[in-house]
Amino acid sequence: MGLSGIQIFKMTPKKNCKECGCPTCMAFSMKVAQGAMDISACPHMSEEALAQLSEATAPPMKTIKIGAGENEFTLGGETVLFRHEKTYVSKTRYAVSLCTCMDDAAIDAKLADIPKVDYERIGERMFVELIYVNYEAGSDKDRYVEIVKKAAALNRTLILGCKDVEVAKAALEVCKDAKPVLNGADASNYAEMSAVATEAGVVLGVTGADLNELYDTVAALEKAGNKNLILDVGTNSVKEAYANAVQIRRAALKDQDRTFGYPTLVNVAVLAHGDRTLQQALLSMFTMKYGSIVVTENLDYAEALPLFGLRQNVFTDPQKPMKVEPGIYPLNGADENSLCLTTVDFALTYFVVSGELERSGVPCNLIISDAGGLSVLTAWAAGKLSSSSVAKYIQENVEDKVKCRKLIIPGKVAVLKGDIEAKLPGWEVIVAPLEAVQLVKFLKDMTA
Amino acid sequence: MPFNQKPQKFNANINTVEIGCGDKAIKLGGESTFPFYSFDAPVENAPKVGVEISDTGIANVPGIQEYYAGATTMGEIAKKAEAMEGADFVCLRLEGGDPNGEDKPIEDLIAVVKEVGEAVTCPLVVEGCKNVEKDAELLPKVAEALQGKNVLILSAREENYKAVGAAAGLAYNQKVGAESAVDINLAKQLNVVLTQLGVQGQNVVMNVGSAAVGYGFEYVVSTMDRIKGAALSQNDNMLQMPIITPVADESWNVKESMASEADMPEWGPMEDRGISMEVQTAAAVLASGSDAVVLKHPKSVATISKMIKELM
Repeated sequence: MGLSGIQIFKMTPKKNCKECGCPTCMAFSMKVAQGAMDISACPHMSEEALAQLSEATAPPMKTIKIGAGENEFTLGGETVLFRHEKTYVSKTRYAVSLCTCMDDAAIDAKLADIPKVDYERIGERMFVELIYVNYEAGSDKDRYVEIVKKAAALNRTLILGCKDVEVAKAALEVCKDAKPVLNGADASNYAEMSAVATEAGVVLGVTGADLNELYDTVAALEKAGNKNLILDVGTNSVKEAYANAVQIRRAALKDQDRTFGYPTLVNVAVLAHGDRTLQQALLSMFTMKYGSIVVTENLDYAEALPLFGLRQNVFTDPQKPMKVEPGIYPLNGADENSLCLTTVDFALTYFVVSGELERSGVPCNLIISDAGGLSVLTAWAAGKLSSSSVAKYIQENVEDKVKCRKLIIPGKVAVLKGDIEAKLPGWEVIVAPLEAVQLVKFLKDMTA
Repeated sequence: MPFNQKPQKFNANINTVEIGCGDKAIKLGGESTFPFYSFDAPVENAPKVGVEISDTGIANVPGIQEYYAGATTMGEIAKKAEAMEGADFVCLRLEGGDPNGEDKPIEDLIAVVKEVGEAVTCPLVVEGCKNVEKDAELLPKVAEALQGKNVLILSAREENYKAVGAAAGLAYNQKVGAESAVDINLAKQLNVVLTQLGVQGQNVVMNVGSAAVGYGFEYVVSTMDRIKGAALSQNDNMLQMPIITPVADESWNVKESMASEADMPEWGPMEDRGISMEVQTAAAVLASGSDAVVLKHPKSVATISKMIKELM
């Protein structure tokens, strides 16, 4: 991104027509300079200016879309190497692998397991998003196509791991409308593979014996006009895969080398074949360090629960707090007669508090009201957690659902006790300890 | 035209802190690159893996129980921990000292410390009970009891750094753990006051706080990323201490690892979930720059040790 907002502004029509959605051409130019908008959003740019600008303002890492409809996922488009520098934008996506080297029973068992993991965590649906179907050289083409069909029936986005041009064509025939990825190009076959992928309108995965070969192959593909790519970091060793994943991302973002400005694919299923626990470690490692797609042999609840939690954490925007939905959360089998506790909707607070409450084993209702996603003291200081906000929420949303009239408030806002009691006739307000970790003992003592 | 590799060189490095004595002594830190970036510069010392044991006995997890089967005294438990595949050091937690828990007297805990200290030859890390007042009394006595063994004492915190830092770092010549709550400024501030107290920066190992993945872990990632960034690119010598992250406690205490299979049948065996949580959390803190992790399940220890070897 070599151009400043002013330089871009000079090339705009300066009509302030607002058709791009910005109030003025100047505002639009500033956004383009920051990378927040694409230059093509302006319908009045001259061809010449466009060509000049799109080269200079193109983001360092391309945004690639895979899948179709509700299974469409966006990969890449990152601008920073560390989340605190701004934010990561495209989550790592995970694929479960199938292979022609597995027997039918094993494939069916795996396909039956995939839909089992499907749950919600802080407003986000967690499930196995992708299926990687690997074609082992020399296996039966028709059988591969059959496996692809079976996998496609699960309504997940597919990645076809296949280096054989004819087999790839046949497999794409049955699934190309769902926009799978064709992961099969290398230095020896890229021209043919690229033609197959382009004809089917799908993203092409490219690999190389080492980074140099990969770089040259990508350059050749780009020259031939295919910029719809994903880079497979290879499976020579864990060390090399990690080095490649880091160097590809760093070359694109730090050194502005656009040839490597593509999302990456890491095949942990091959790197740690048969070692389920090591795959868990590597799933986590490559979520942290720059895998756009990570392929694994297993993605059951044991893998999924920590992994999706990690991903949700790492890919949150540091400028926007994670929030939980306001509401009444019954814990430990609580009913309408159980104790009530209240705290803020900041996700971290919610998790820490609900975790301690669960550990106490005491049935209770955790009442979360809207506090702007801030922590207790911050929300109180900002006026988002006050006696009025708590009293109002309880009167409107809790009193008709819960019979218990004991309310425990966070220790850090003990000062609100009197006011809340005044505003909530009939309620007894109790002040909790300062730290969540003390809740277990506090509740046990209280209910003893 | 081949790929133009541009190594990221830093003219600074993380301090090297040695723990333990003799052949089995380990070195933490020393690197001048981001974690495992061996393509930029050789990584001085591989990150180390510790095994957590506790004075309150063996964790009630089938695989852990099985591993320690037959060990009844703390000395026997410590020996088994030391022999675990992939273990570089043993970390003894004195959680029984917590006044809000078992509240064991200090003499009893020191007896445990001595027994463990005599049983193992590998480097030893001793962690207090997390209660700042109790630790202020307990940890100096631990440092005294283990004189000459060059152990790492976890931890000095903002509230008790004087007592713990002076005893461990000055009087008894041990290594001092500096624990802060997931914030780069707090971490730095503690290092500053510890060194003002007279403790050598080269004798400090930081515990900058942790969380299980999924539980506000983004703060852990960004804190560690920023600390390593400042230590290497700005040569900030108040942030160049190696980082140790106890992972076991946090990861086995979240719902995903604790909910019984009876409550959550679709989640599958509890132990598998606990191991996965421990392993994934450990891998993630290592990817953010931890120089040592503390784990407790034998499978986690073996796996993370293997992963480190493969990455080196």
